[in-house]
Amino acid sequence: MKRYDIVIIGGGPAGIAAAIKASASKKAILLIEREARLGGILKQCIHDGFGLSRYKEKLSGPEYAEREIEKLASSNIEIKLLTFVSKIIKTDNGYQLSLITRQGIEQIVALKLILATGCRERTGKQVAIHGTNPSGMLTAGSAQYYMNILGQMPMKRTVILGSGDIGLIMARRITLEGGTVVGVYEIKREPSGLTRNLIQCLDDFNIPLFLSKTVTRVFGHDRLSGVQVMKVDEKMTPIQGTEEYIECDSLILSVGLIPENEIAETLSVPLNQATKGPFVDQGMETLIDGIYSCGNALHVSDVADMVSETGELAAESASIENHGNRNLVQIKYNKSISYVVPSHIDFTKPLDKIICYFRSAACLTNQILKVVADGVLIKSIKYKQVRPPEMERLFVNLSNIPIPNTIEFSLEEVA
Amino acid sequence: MKQIVCIVCPNSCHLQIDEKTYQVTGQLCSHGIAYAKQELIDPKRTLTSSVKTIYKSHPIVSVRTDGEISKSIIPQVLTALRQIVIDKPLPRGSVIIDNVSDSGINIITTTTLDGE
Repeated sequence: MKRYDIVIIGGGPAGIAAAIKASASKKAILLIEREARLGGILKQCIHDGFGLSRYKEKLSGPEYAEREIEKLASSNIEIKLLTFVSKIIKTDNGYQLSLITRQGIEQIVALKLILATGCRERTGKQVAIHGTNPSGMLTAGSAQYYMNILGQMPMKRTVILGSGDIGLIMARRITLEGGTVVGVYEIKREPSGLTRNLIQCLDDFNIPLFLSKTVTRVFGHDRLSGVQVMKVDEKMTPIQGTEEYIECDSLILSVGLIPENEIAETLSVPLNQATKGPFVDQGMETLIDGIYSCGNALHVSDVADMVSETGELAAESASIENHGNRNLVQIKYNKSISYVVPSHIDFTKPLDKIICYFRSAACLTNQILKVVADGVLIKSIKYKQVRPPEMERLFVNLSNIPIPNTIEFSLEEVA
Repeated sequence: MKQIVCIVCPNSCHLQIDEKTYQVTGQLCSHGIAYAKQELIDPKRTLTSSVKTIYKSHPIVSVRTDGEISKSIIPQVLTALRQIVIDKPLPRGSVIIDNVSDSGINIITTTTLDGE
């Protein structure tokens, strides 16, 4: 059995960035991708806005991916394409992976694993919509694949459910290609996509956004013929008597992304209910020693640049030899924050430039974020406004303090 | 005063611009000032789209403008893109329409088309 120091699963932006970073360590590294090409979902994200922080340029998804792949090409990392990890078992000195490749089944051994498996879209089955099961119901990502990879537009008149970014971007793409988007319906009171996408994808094309409204029923036998939408109350329950019929030939679902952690679950990696990804320390190491998580498998990021960044962090810490037991302190946070990544700080890892990400639990203005360790204020930052769709990123230095019993993030209104 | 939300980056600054003096407030960086002024005079956008190819494995190749174009010329640029069929392999960044609609901006490919 071939042995590797680090095996990276997933060849999207997180896995590629991890592979490039890990290559500096001169260890035996393998990158596994199930598709024929590297790049992950970026291949079909032909819109621009990628790479603003990483390349200081506004790139499209394929350009961002190809630039990363070119960097990887000069690193001499071993890459297995069209390879699927079917099973991983823990052994005395690492992990044994069963791979399905074009050549058959292969077993390899890895000392450490970096999980960069991305995220999946929630589908129609995961949101309550009644009615038939006609063709014409598809996720925003599938619509994007049809249009941007296959060059086909399987819709003329579309309703979009959910105001996630890919749904907004597809609203623009469909409109530009000659289709009609009747409207975007969002069950919540606030849109879930980035503000810039609401403007450049909807406002620019006069596509209406309906808040506190959702699709409750679909009609049509072979093909979708229309949908029923209803207003919802504060508990997001449809209000009787508000039914409205909308004629359309397609319904695009943009109702959220869930980190993909099937492999992590088989390895009993503890998952954080707030992110749906593993609990990790500042080196992206999960609560199971030697298993790291990064990119959208860890938590769904707003931009690819942050996905690449967590890939690099995972690879950097996986490249360092471990000495003894970790010393983990869990980060606590108040109810204005929906989550903080990392969830833990390992006081045996570097502590001077810890990158932290957080999302607010609601749209709030004039806030101050405080990072407190055992009652001592470590850092504070003021925000004019924070919105759940827009992730915040900050550096925290915990190197000059004794190991605390508690670390707390709190978001409060500026007094 | 006109309210404009900056779309240059995810910060989404809420800008106020004076329609007469072009004085801008609310920006976190200088991009916001330029954006607000442009939005008032002649809104511009980067256009991303795709063009057809003759290749079965890559029926389309993704393209974009290599700078921003006036929102008003987007329909005619899309019409021009629909006339094109790429019939040879092209490296990423290849110019497929030079100076589109006399905008001074080119249409470039954003994916390597290896023609396999």
